[in-house]
Amino acid sequence: MQVTLHQDKCVASGQCVLAAQDVFDQRDEDGVAVLLDDRPPAELHDDVRHAAAVCPALAIALADQ
Amino acid sequence: MGASVAGLTAAVTLRTEGYGGRLTLIGDEPHTPYNRPPLSKQILAGTWEPDRIKLRTNEELSALDARLLFGRSATGLDTDARRVVLDGGDSVSYDALVIATGVTPNSLPGAHHLAGVHLLRTLDDALALRADLRREPDVKVAVVGAGFLGSEAAAAARRMRLDVTMIDPRPVPMRRQFGDRIAALVGRLHKKNGVSMRCGTGVRRFFESGGRVTGLELTDGTLLDADVVVVAIGAAPAIGWLAGSGLELRNGVECDPTCRAAPGVYAAGDVASWHNNHFGCRMRLEHRLNATEQARAVAHNVLGENQPFAPVPYFWTDQYDAHIQAYGVFPADAELAVLHGELEGGHFVVAYGHRGRVVGVLGWNSPCELRKLRQLVVDRAPWASILPAPQAVWPGRHLSASLR
Ligand SMILES: Cc1cc2nc3c(=O)[nH]c(=O)nc-3n(C[C@H](O)[C@H](O)[C@H](O)COP(=O)(O)OP(=O)(O)OC[C@H]3O[C@@H](n4cnc5c(N)ncnc54)[C@H](O)[C@@H]3O)c2cc1C
Ligand code: SF4
Repeated sequence: MQVTLHQDKCVASGQCVLAAQDVFDQRDEDGVAVLLDDRPPAELHDDVRHAAAVCPALAIALADQ
Repeated sequence: MGASVAGLTAAVTLRTEGYGGRLTLIGDEPHTPYNRPPLSKQILAGTWEPDRIKLRTNEELSALDARLLFGRSATGLDTDARRVVLDGGDSVSYDALVIATGVTPNSLPGAHHLAGVHLLRTLDDALALRADLRREPDVKVAVVGAGFLGSEAAAAARRMRLDVTMIDPRPVPMRRQFGDRIAALVGRLHKKNGVSMRCGTGVRRFFESGGRVTGLELTDGTLLDADVVVVAIGAAPAIGWLAGSGLELRNGVECDPTCRAAPGVYAAGDVASWHNNHFGCRMRLEHRLNATEQARAVAHNVLGENQPFAPVPYFWTDQYDAHIQAYGVFPADAELAVLHGELEGGHFVVAYGHRGRVVGVLGWNSPCELRKLRQLVVDRAPWASILPAPQAVWPGRHLSASLR
């Protein structure tokens, strides 16, 4: 799984961190999400899919690879 | 039924959860589904074009393998025959129906036939308003209604350096959402950014010339020039098409805790009223995240999970340099305590206490701190446990106030 994060769309909601804290974090100064792992291990895929599905800004894109 | 975020999310979730049967997505807007929050922010300010807010690309939509009926509206529902009637008289039958028709903005009597008077709900609304704001260099804007939508529209118009007046019968903006104390800060923010605030007044009448608005008279007698008027005075659930269906319709489609309204009928998003077991009360939310979460829950329940939907609501709004986010509920008579930063400092998190429990937390330019404090609402933490707390659980927080 390849994860892409579009920081310019992010609204700092933190939903991705709540769903998958090993893959996403938030920048201290403005809360914009940062990607910790763009190729997360298989056991995290469900959490990452959940993060992408609930992101209110559609800032997370996933590709199967 | 309803092809925006809730309807689309329900359809997508049914597919990703393995539903292989027939699926129809129906909505009355001509566009493919798009995201609404940027309409009053980036789209209105002109920093984004409509392509950026599509909820799915055309390829993703076709991969959904659903019948897509856009530009079609539902006019009736027969729950016995399990059929939705569409404009034109044809109908679509279903085994399970998800009602996701959202809300329709309220309008002001005697205004909307005039050019220059706008509502703000759809992409077409936002583009028409944007064009009108750019019509001349020094357009005068009146925003009627100082909720989050009016506040964001005022901020976008100020960003275009226009002359903006905001009018609301309540004494402070966003009072209904967040209470007097935080609302006062929102009011100050608008003033600081050059908006002329007319709180505590309503609109008495509109003036026109040649079918175009030229100004308005307020209930306190003030006369205002206005070339563009934004009416943002709340919205009502889009349930007109359900009249006579036998469903319970009060403030939205009334559902049980699993979001079920009748056998095989569910509701999700802005139109749905359901009993949230976490807070022990009925709610209907007009929040972007809720539309997604509720639609996902509904799709699972359609597939037989039958779980109550009991989320902690989340909402955000962007105005000028303020990014305001909130989890939970904000009763008018809640107590307030500052958990991080200072109310005057431009960065803070406050907790709302009601009947001895933390029921909400609100962050102002403090997204990371807010996310960490969200757990208080999840746990319904006893209010007393967060009050005088030298044994601070969160380093750096200091409790500067506990106000009514
Ligand atoms: C300008 C704007 C800014 C916003 N900003 C924020 C924000 O910053 N933060 C936040 O949390 N929330 C925000 N929201 C709220 C958020 O967008 C909504 O909660 C969300 O769109 C609700 O989704 P929904 O699918 O339930 O309803 P909607 O998005 O309203 O979709 C319902 C769809 O059903 C269609 N429909 C209605 N009746 C019929 C019918 N009879 N037949 C066929 N189709 C029908 C409608 O045309 C519409 O396309 C904003 C909303 C607006 C309008
Ligand atoms: S969920 Fe989306 S909007 Fe929220 S912080 Fe993550 S990427 Fe940003």
